[in-house]
Amino acid sequence: MNAPVAPAGPVKSIGERAPLVDGPEKVTGRAKYAADYRSPGALVGRILRSPVAHANVIEVDTSAAEALPGVEAVVTGQDCDQTYGVLPIAMNEYPMVRDRVRYRGEPVAAVAAVDVETAQKALDLIEFRYEELPAYFTAEKARAPGAVQLHEKKPGNIERHAEFELGDVSAGFAEADLVREETFQCAEVCQVQSEPHATYAEYDAERDRLTVWPSTQVPYYVHLMLSRTLKMDQSRIRVIKPHIGGGFGCRTETLNVEIICALLARKARGAVSLVISREETFITHRGRPETQIRMKLGLKRDGRITAVECDVVQRGGAYSGYGVVTVLYSGSLLYAIYDIERIRYNGFRILTNTPPPGAFRGHGTVNSRFAFESMIDSMAEELGIDPFAVRRANLLKAPTFAANDLMINSYGLPECIDWVEKASGWRERKGKLGPNRGLGMACSHYISGASKPVNWTGEPHATVNLKVDFDGSITLLTGAAEIGQGSSTVLVQCVAEVLGIGMPRIRIIASDSAVTPKDNGSYSSRVTYMVGNAAIEAAQNLRSVLIDAAARRLEVAPEDVECLGEIYRAGSQDRGLEFNEVVMEALKDTGTLTVKGTFDTIPESHGGKKYRGAAIGGTMAFSYAAQVVEVSVDPDTAEITVEKVWVAHDCGRALNPLSVEGQVQGSVWMGMGQALCEETRYHEGLGIAGNMLDYRVPTIMDSPPIEVKIVECADPHGPFGAKEAGEGSLAGFLPAFTSAVADAIGIRPTELPVTPDRLLKLMEKKEQEARAQEKRRKIA
Amino acid sequence: MKTQISLTVNGRRRDDTVSDNLLLVDYLRETLGLNGTKIGCDGGECGCCTVLVDGRARHACLTLATSCDGTHVETVESLAAKGRLSAIQRGFNEKLGAQCGFCTPGMIMAAEGLLRENPMPTEDEIRAGMAANICRCTGYVKIIESVQAAARELAQ
Ligand code: FES
Ligand code: FES
Repeated sequence: MNAPVAPAGPVKSIGERAPLVDGPEKVTGRAKYAADYRSPGALVGRILRSPVAHANVIEVDTSAAEALPGVEAVVTGQDCDQTYGVLPIAMNEYPMVRDRVRYRGEPVAAVAAVDVETAQKALDLIEFRYEELPAYFTAEKARAPGAVQLHEKKPGNIERHAEFELGDVSAGFAEADLVREETFQCAEVCQVQSEPHATYAEYDAERDRLTVWPSTQVPYYVHLMLSRTLKMDQSRIRVIKPHIGGGFGCRTETLNVEIICALLARKARGAVSLVISREETFITHRGRPETQIRMKLGLKRDGRITAVECDVVQRGGAYSGYGVVTVLYSGSLLYAIYDIERIRYNGFRILTNTPPPGAFRGHGTVNSRFAFESMIDSMAEELGIDPFAVRRANLLKAPTFAANDLMINSYGLPECIDWVEKASGWRERKGKLGPNRGLGMACSHYISGASKPVNWTGEPHATVNLKVDFDGSITLLTGAAEIGQGSSTVLVQCVAEVLGIGMPRIRIIASDSAVTPKDNGSYSSRVTYMVGNAAIEAAQNLRSVLIDAAARRLEVAPEDVECLGEIYRAGSQDRGLEFNEVVMEALKDTGTLTVKGTFDTIPESHGGKKYRGAAIGGTMAFSYAAQVVEVSVDPDTAEITVEKVWVAHDCGRALNPLSVEGQVQGSVWMGMGQALCEETRYHEGLGIAGNMLDYRVPTIMDSPPIEVKIVECADPHGPFGAKEAGEGSLAGFLPAFTSAVADAIGIRPTELPVTPDRLLKLMEKKEQEARAQEKRRKIA
Repeated sequence: MKTQISLTVNGRRRDDTVSDNLLLVDYLRETLGLNGTKIGCDGGECGCCTVLVDGRARHACLTLATSCDGTHVETVESLAAKGRLSAIQRGFNEKLGAQCGFCTPGMIMAAEGLLRENPMPTEDEIRAGMAANICRCTGYVKIIESVQAAARELAQ
């Protein structure tokens, strides 16, 4: 062992452009995803899906399939009589249909067999008899009088009607100098994360134990729902999250794939790998719902907003899922970005015979934000106000509470707006780009975790354990689900920073229910904020244990110990103790150390009580973003090219600037997909875009440079001041994009995605109108 | 029907008897246990399964194993020499060209094929060379930077 060298001082980790701690696994192909788990003898699972969208089940006859050699288990709705769902108030889905099919492609039965061919053959042998019912593929038809109810307790096929009115909205419109109203239509979109859904499950028949590796963002919710649907005690189940190939929200609730795989494994009394196809992944869905928005705004001549009225209809698919939350977010997050008092909101979530949408990145806010920003932009133009000026006229002043009681302690939007204006050269370039080229801008925001968890248990929001042992290594144990967003990296950075040691000394184990403390999962941008804070507290607790130990060894008072990361010393003349020596001292008498940190939200952040569901939107902090989008439009083909995006995102403090940039670029780009080309399409309930060509995902050829500015408006409660970074900039892309199109060709699309087909129609309409006007002029 | 094939996979000679309808991707993943190559779609849409066959990028999900008789197949597992990341792997690691990592093996193999042919590609050439690979996480910005960083390192 070398003698301690002159201590360099604590190592910095926060604010460093640290590569991912699990990067080497990912670039070498060693990272194991759910489909990579296979043991000798593991069976292959396959799902039989309904060929019709709405029907009463008469019979599912599996006898021939069961008799086929090589088939080890067949399960149907009869094997599971428990509903599941992410919201305790709205669990109405079965993993496989029992009495009723409600969307085309819904699972009917599943088999586990020795190989794919046998499994496939077995599916063909299952006889599914049903009696068709009228099916509704649009919200309008499902709401029409006389429509058959999808669910018993949901008259009119209304999953939820969310409404509120805060302040005197009618008076607000009366005060306005300009009132306008417009309808917007957003197609349904899907996450299309790279990895199709997959689960691997092993059932230990001897001990009645189940271990599951699901491709999920919420291992703990999966644990809960497995216990519920399989009627197995939670203590007999272990959920281990493998590497996850993205999620973007479609994996923030338990999926039927996971339950079916577990049911098969238990019935086969062995191991089953259930990997579904891309098409089935589309059917499993949980994307952003098709949404119609009527938005009415009142503006003063100086650009101040006087009142807002917003009606939203979401095609909610066949089951509840997150639906209630989505439709509430669409209203509540009209607040907390601008200084607005008076809003009237009416949101309808309608049950239809289509696959259920879920919580897509930017959950609930994206389509409303599109409509809102589009309106404010076009109305400003009408009033002769610049798009930047109209936003600046409505800024908030933090700290404050929005009119619906959402807590806002940090607000970097002004700086974001300033930066994109400058960086894009807006002042010099706007209006001077030549024909068919234009600039547009918009703002957006997002929560840093929902302050009230879906499952209220009284536990803290986040718990982190640090284990320190004889070898001097630190193991960070967290339930937080690393899904590619970099949560494991950021948590290691938080702990390293507090202890002043290099990141390599810390190992992280994430999301293994047998080992790691429980965590609600990766959704609503909660992890950095909540689990980050818990990690900091754990590291602080560890630090004081180590300082006490060093003080004992050095025979000084703890306050006299200086922690330099790898060295603990008392006074600058002291050569100090090495980290390992301090650890060994700390282990004396107690043995292996485990320290803990937790995080909980404060009651002020829980949202208000002014209307039913007002807690939805409550968060510890909001991120803010502004962006400028530059487009060019081909006048002949109506094809739009996104030339460049400038985006500024206020994430409080960039714990890892490299990751923040990656998250912001990914968000903006995903917004681009929705704006430009992505939409699920159905024919009579049959998905006709269930692949990555017909559901057009932007390729590298279609993707622009995205310049990111990180704005750091520190949040007083955030971990080192941080707020969310992975969702807030998505929503702004859509309206900035359509504004840019309006700037380029004088047409502002209100229907998404703006495919060449749609835009061509708008261009032709405009031409016809111009011709008609010309004619009228001549006649006159 | 089964056919006997001889090929090298990541430099190792293999002689196997495979079904005529066995896809290269399943041969790699299931027969050889090389799980680095991923399957992200139902055929030819995503590029997650990209490998090199005789040095050229190919979708392993659209390639029959039997058609690889006599060829050299390379997968992501072949790149790190003696445990050290290759230049492209290091580029993706350090520049955050990989977030979730699921598209990454395919991306890296596409980049490997590209840089072998064109060691100093322009940004447009990188775009064209990787056009068959979809990434849902990065917006591609950092993927381009990763490939550029690798090209620079290799040029030194
Ligand atoms: S797996 Fe998608 S192209 Fe091969
Ligand atoms: S890194 Fe996730 S799909 Fe590319």
